[in-house]
Amino acid sequence: MVDISSLPLLSILTFLPLAGVVLILLLQKASDGVAKQIAFWTSMLALGLAAWMVARFDPHGGFQFVEEAKWMSFGGVELFYKKGIDGLSLWLVVASAFLTPVCILACWDGVKERARSFMIAFLVLETMMIGTFTALDFVLFYVFFEGVLLPMFLIIGVWGGPGRVHAAYKFFLYTLLGSVLMLLAVVAMCLHAGTTDMTALMRADFPVSWQIGLWLAFLASFAVKTPMWPVHTWLPYAHVEAPTAGSVILAGILLKMGGYGFIRVSLQMLPAASAAFTDLMFVLSGIAIVATSLTALVQTDMKRLIAYSSVAHMGFVTMGAFSRTPQGLEGAVMVMLSHALVSSALFLCVGVIYDRLHSREIARYGGLASNMPHYAFLAMIFTLGAVGLPGTSGFVGEFLAMQGAFLVSTWMAAVAGLGVILGAAYMLWLYRRVFFGRLDKPGVAAMKDLTFKEYATLAPLAVLVLVMGVQPSLFKDSIAPTMRDIAETAKARANPAPDVPPPFALNRLTGGGAP
Amino acid sequence: MNLSDLLPLAPEIFLACAGMLLLVAGTFGGAGMARAVNVLAGVSLAVAFGLVVCPVTGVTGELPGGHVGTDGFSQFVKMLLLPAALVSLVLSHDFLKKPEAARFEFPVLVLFATLGMMLMVSARSFLGLYVALELQSLSLYVLAAFLRNDTRSSEAGLKYFVLGALASGLLLYGISLVYGATGSVVFAKLQTVLASGDAPVGLVLGMVFILAGFAFKLAAAPFHMWAPDVYEGAPTPVAAFFASAPKLAAVALLAKVLYEPFGALAAQAQPILMVLALASMAWGAFAAMAQGHIKRLMAYSAIGHIGYALIGLAAGGAEGLQATLLYLVIYLPMTLGAFAVILCARKNGVALEQLSDFAGLSKTRPALAAAMALFMFSMAGVPPLAGFFGKFYVFMAALQAGLLPLAVAGVLLSVVGAFYYLRVIKLMYFDAPRGAAFDPVPGWGTGLVLASTAVLILGFALQPDLAANAVRAATATLAGAA
Repeated sequence: MVDISSLPLLSILTFLPLAGVVLILLLQKASDGVAKQIAFWTSMLALGLAAWMVARFDPHGGFQFVEEAKWMSFGGVELFYKKGIDGLSLWLVVASAFLTPVCILACWDGVKERARSFMIAFLVLETMMIGTFTALDFVLFYVFFEGVLLPMFLIIGVWGGPGRVHAAYKFFLYTLLGSVLMLLAVVAMCLHAGTTDMTALMRADFPVSWQIGLWLAFLASFAVKTPMWPVHTWLPYAHVEAPTAGSVILAGILLKMGGYGFIRVSLQMLPAASAAFTDLMFVLSGIAIVATSLTALVQTDMKRLIAYSSVAHMGFVTMGAFSRTPQGLEGAVMVMLSHALVSSALFLCVGVIYDRLHSREIARYGGLASNMPHYAFLAMIFTLGAVGLPGTSGFVGEFLAMQGAFLVSTWMAAVAGLGVILGAAYMLWLYRRVFFGRLDKPGVAAMKDLTFKEYATLAPLAVLVLVMGVQPSLFKDSIAPTMRDIAETAKARANPAPDVPPPFALNRLTGGGAP
Repeated sequence: MNLSDLLPLAPEIFLACAGMLLLVAGTFGGAGMARAVNVLAGVSLAVAFGLVVCPVTGVTGELPGGHVGTDGFSQFVKMLLLPAALVSLVLSHDFLKKPEAARFEFPVLVLFATLGMMLMVSARSFLGLYVALELQSLSLYVLAAFLRNDTRSSEAGLKYFVLGALASGLLLYGISLVYGATGSVVFAKLQTVLASGDAPVGLVLGMVFILAGFAFKLAAAPFHMWAPDVYEGAPTPVAAFFASAPKLAAVALLAKVLYEPFGALAAQAQPILMVLALASMAWGAFAAMAQGHIKRLMAYSAIGHIGYALIGLAAGGAEGLQATLLYLVIYLPMTLGAFAVILCARKNGVALEQLSDFAGLSKTRPALAAAMALFMFSMAGVPPLAGFFGKFYVFMAALQAGLLPLAVAGVLLSVVGAFYYLRVIKLMYFDAPRGAAFDPVPGWGTGLVLASTAVLILGFALQPDLAANAVRAATATLAGAA
C-alpha cells in the first residue's frame, strides 16, 4: 500500500492536465464531444486534488508539499525541479484548478470550430498556470511563467473576434518584452547567489545597487503581466478579442501571475529595493485605480469596461502588496482571489448575452431584468462583488488593502477610496443600462434566460463570491500567517546589506575593475 | 609510419573511400541510380557514425605530421555532423525523384562536404584546416548550383562561389600573416609562441582576417550577404543541409581556433566576436520581418541564430564554449525540422516557397502545422521548448563574463525576432486556407525526421543535462576551455 501523503501531489496536479492532452491526442478518431468530456473530467479531477490539498494544508507550515529533484546544471549553478506552496500560492493554485473546468463548461457550445485543439490549449494552459504558482526553482518558475504565452496566444488568435490577430500579437510581444528582461535578472540573481532555489534566494542578501537594477527588470515583466498603468494597454485588446473562456482565464488567473510575482520575487527577494520603490508603486497604483476607473466609465463595450476595471482592481493588489504591512498583503491576495471569481463571472455573464445577440455594445441592451430574471439576479451578485459591497468577496480584499495602505500613507488610502467610489459608479451604471429600463431594443425581448449549463458555470461562482464575503476567514486563515511572515521579513530586511562587490566577474557591470 | 597511426581518422578514410566508390558506381549506373546511391550514401554516413562511436576505431590522437588529429571535442562534433548530414540526405530522397534533379552526384557531394567538415574539426594546423574547409566549400558550391537548368540555382551557386572564394582569400591571407609572424601554422606551436610573450601585430592582424573568413562561412553579419540569395536559389534539401551541418562545423572550427592557437588572444578577439554577434542578431531580426519567402526567412533566422551562438564564444571561458555548442545542438533539430516542413509544402508536386502558401495550414494539415508551430515557437525562444534553453545557456554565459549590454541587446532582439516567427504561426493558425491542401508528406523518412525533431524540441526540458553533460565532457578536451 502506497502512502498517499508521500505522493508528489503538486507534480501530479501540474501535469495531470497534460495527461488529458495525451489522451485527446491518442483518440484521433474521437469526436469533439469526447474531447470536451476528457478535458472537463481531467480538470475536475485536478480540482478534486486541489481541494484535497487545501484540506491538508497547514497555515503555519511555511512551504509545504515540497518536492525536489535535480534538473540541470550549467556554469557551476545547479538547477532543481523544486515545487512547493505556501499561503500565498495555495489559493491561486486552487483558483487555477477551479476556473479551468468552469471555462471548459462555458465554451462547451460556444466553440464549434476545432474544439479538440481548444481543449488541448486549455489543458496546457492549466499546466502552465499551476506550474507557475507551485514552482520554487527560479528557472522553473520562468519556464512556466513564459510557457503561458504559448497556449494563450493561440486561444486569442484562433478563436478570438475580428481583431484577434492584432490582439494576440500585442499580448504576446508586450509580455515577452517584459519577460526577457526578467530572464536576465533571474540569471544574474542565480549567478550571484549560486543557486536557483527561490527559498534560498529569499534569504540571499543582494547589494542595494544590484537590487535596484534587478527590481526594475522584474517590474518590466510583472507590471506588464499585472497589468499596471501605463503598460496595461494590451489588456483591453486581448479581452475584447479573446473568446469568453479566454477572457475568463486571462482575467481570472493570468493577471494574478503579476501580483504573485511582485510579492514572491520583488518583496521577498529584493526587500531593500521594494522599500525604496514603494512611492513609485503607490503612485502607479493610484493612477491605475483612478485613471482606469474613469476610462471604464466611458466605455461602450462591456468587455472593455470590465477589462479596465481589472486594471483598477490590480491597482489595489499592487497598493496592498507594496504597503508591506500584513493587512495590505492579505488584502492584496484577497483582492486577487475575489477578482479571480468576480471578473471571471462578469466575463461569463457577457458571454451569456453575447451568445444570444452577438454584440457586446452596452447600448444594444436594456431591460434584461424583466425577461432574464435569473441572469439578472446572478449578475447583480457579481456586480456588487466588483463594487466591493460588504458581504461580497470584493469588500474584504479592498478593505484590507486600503487599511494596509492607510498605515503607510493616508494619501494613498484616500486615492484608493476615490477609486472605490468610481468603481461603484461604472459598475452600477453598467448594470442599470443593461438590466433596467425599457425592454425595447431590437431582439432583446426574445432572449431566453439561463440554460442549465450556464447556471452550472455561474452558480458556483456566485456562491463563492458570497461565501468569501460572509465568511472570509475560510480563506484568510490560511493566507494570513504567510503574509505576516512576508511583511515582517520585508520590513526587517528593508535596510540594505553593505554594498559588497559580487564575488564574480559581474562586478564589471557595476563599474568595478576586472577580476 | 604504421597503418595503425591512421586509426584516429578511420571514419574520414572510410567516408572518402565510400564517396569515391559511389562515384564510380553512379557513373556506371546512370541517372536511374540517384536514389540507390542516396541510400548507400546514407548507409555510409551511418557506418561512419558507428566508427566514430565505436571504442576500437573512435580513438583520439594525432596523425604524423601534426596537421590533423582527433580529440573529444572533434569526436563530439562529428557525432552531431553525421546525423545532421544523414537527415539532409533523408530529406532529399524525394527530391531526387524529379527528372531534373535525379543525378547521383547529389548524395556523393553531400558525402564529400561532410568529409570536409569532419576534417575541419579534426584540423590541428591552419593548413589542414584550409584544405578541409575548401573540400567542404567546393562541394557546397556545386550543391547550390545543382539544378543547373534553373537560373536561380545557378545564380545561387555562382554567387556563393565568388563570395566564398573571396572569403577563402581572406582566410588564406590571414593564415599567411600568422605564418609570417610566428613561423608556424601548427596550432600547438602557435600556442607555445603566444604563451611565451606578447602577440606580434602581424599575428593579431592575421587573426582578424581569419575571423572574417570564418564569419563569412558562418553567414554572420556583416558577412552574411550571400546567405538569403543562396538559400532562396538553392534546392530546398540543399538549403536544409546548408543551414545545419556546415554551420555547426564552422562554429566548432571557430571555437577550436579561438581556444587553441589563439587562446591567448581572447581579449583581442572578444570585441570582434561581440560585434559579429550583435550585428547578426540585429540583422537577422530586422531584415527577416520584410521577407515573404520562407527560405529567405530561414536564411535570416539562421543569421540571427548564429548571432546568439556567437554570444557564447564572445563570453569566452569554459561556460561560453559550452553555451555555444549547446545552442547549436539545439539549433540543429529545430532548423532541420523546420526545413522538413518546408519540404512538405507542395501542391501537385510543385514546391511552394512563399510564406502565404502556409496560410490556414492548421486546418488542412493539422499535424504539420503543429510541428511547424513548435519549431517556430522554439526558435523564438519560448519555454518550455528547447530553443529557450539554448538562449538561457548563452545569456548565462554572457552574464557570467560580465557582458550585460550584449545580453540585454540579445534578449531585446529576441523579441523582435519573435515577431516574424509568430508571423508564420499566425498564417498557419489564424488565417483561412487558400486553395487545396498540401500533398501528403513525401515518404516515411521525412515523417520520421519531423516526428523525431519535434520530440527532441518538446522533450529537451525533461533532461537538459543529457546534452549539457556531453558538451561539458567534449569541451573539456580543448586546451583553452579545460
